[in-house]
This record gives sequence, structure tokens and C-alpha cells, in this order.
Amino acid sequence: MASTIRVRAVAGGDTTEVQALVQHPMDSGFVKDAQGNLIPPHYIEVVEFEHAGKTVFTAYWGPAISKDPYIKFSFKGAQKGDDLTISWVDNKGTTDSLVGKIQ
Amino acid sequence: MNDKNVSKHSNRRPGQTRRTIVQAAIAGGLAGLALAGAAPLSRARAAADAAKWPKDAFSQKSEADAIKALYGKTPEPSDKVNLDAPEIAENGAVVPISVSTTLPDVTSIAILVSENPFPLAANYPIPPGTSPMVANRLKMAKTSKVLALVASGDKVFSASKEVKVTVGGCGG
Repeated sequence: MASTIRVRAVAGGDTTEVQALVQHPMDSGFVKDAQGNLIPPHYIEVVEFEHAGKTVFTAYWGPAISKDPYIKFSFKGAQKGDDLTISWVDNKGTTDSLVGKIQ
Repeated sequence: MNDKNVSKHSNRRPGQTRRTIVQAAIAGGLAGLALAGAAPLSRARAAADAAKWPKDAFSQKSEADAIKALYGKTPEPSDKVNLDAPEIAENGAVVPISVSTTLPDVTSIAILVSENPFPLAANYPIPPGTSPMVANRLKMAKTSKVLALVASGDKVFSASKEVKVTVGGCGG
């Protein structure tokens, strides 16, 4: 199955800029469906980015993050060709992860 | 580490304990097989840990309570915190917001939307070596103050901006 995660990490100088997109409904629990029933909350709570065994970035998210979330950050100490591991877990316990290459 | 996860989970969400055990077992098993013990620790840690999620702060219904739950102190306005948000957001479901700062020793960034049902939208711990900058996209229920908080040293600094929302992003 195709991953829910898309990542683009580019090393430039000593910092690596990371942009990631995750496919996820991010239902807030306040939206009603066509029948007028509330759609229960379903959103990503934690996203972790790891490089060389070290967590370089963590996101704690609430239901106010938009559908199919986007995140951008940058960190120091990575080289072109290194692995970057991204993983997320949502409020229902679903998880996904992906190992991307730094470009 | 697995034991720790499980116990934290069962405090918070009893229904997910079994799933956690199974996932941890699978992750551990795969790591052992694929890497023959080369780096099993880092592999097993690859799953994001829901037990670390600051549930209390995300459950608060007022901005002040959320800040208190997250940092336990009152933020000081600072012009060294840069909050980049649109003046007018036509679609409240997708409002691009970015926060950066020139403050030293930043340990955490948080973004709050005052008028949302749960004001705390996102919290980003910043480890050493990671730039104190983040960009993301938020939902806004209606026109509201957006607040960026930056924990630097033992203080918390803030910047805020009013964002007008034409169509709310929380349904209802």
C-alpha cells in the first residue's frame, strides 16, 4: 500500500529543510456528515522525524490542524543521502511510517 | 521501553493497550530480522509515541487554560517572535501559519487559535540542532486572534495577530 507520508528533505549547507505531507482526514469532531450526524474526532496526535537515531523534530497536533497536514522545519547535522524516518500516530492508534532519503 | 508505553497507554486509553503490544512486538520482530541487531533500538523507536502527547493542554477550552497547562507561566509579548499569518483567510479550513524566532535556546513552539473550541492547535518541542521555525496549516472556526508562543530559556514569549475568516473551518 502506498504510504500516507510524502516527504522532501533537502540538505543545503549545514541545515536540512524538510517538508512533509501526510494523508489524513483530521476530523475535528465538530463537523456533521450529509445525514446530520457528527463525524467523530479522528486526527494525528504525534509526528516524529528521526535522523541517525535521534529525534530531530516532533509535532504534537490537535484537531485544529488542517486535513492532509503539511509541515515544514529544518535541522542541522544531516548529509545528502542520509535516511530520515517519519512516523505518526493518531487518536485511534493507527500509525504509519516512512524512511525517506535526504536530497 | 515497551512496558512504559503500555502502562502510559492504559492510564489514558485502556482500549489501545493490546494494539500497542502487538505493534511493538511487530516492530521489534521486524527490526531483529531486517537488521540482524544492527540498530534495533532506533528501529523500535521509529513509531511515534502517543503517550507523549500533551492531552491536558489540548483538552483546554480557553486560551489561558491551555497556556497554563502547556507552560505553566504567563507569556510576555516579544517582537523577536515572528508570526506569519494572512490578514484575511477566505477558507477557514486551511489557514497557512508559520512561526519563527531569533530568540536563543528555544525549547518549544506552540500555536493557539483563541476562538477555536480547543484553542491549542499545535505544539512543537524543538531539540538542540533544530531551527526555531515551523510552518503548518490550521483550521479556524471563525475570525480570531492567533497566538504564537516560544519557550526560550525559562521564559515564554508570544506574538499575536488577528486573522479574519470568511468561511469557518469547523463545520456546524
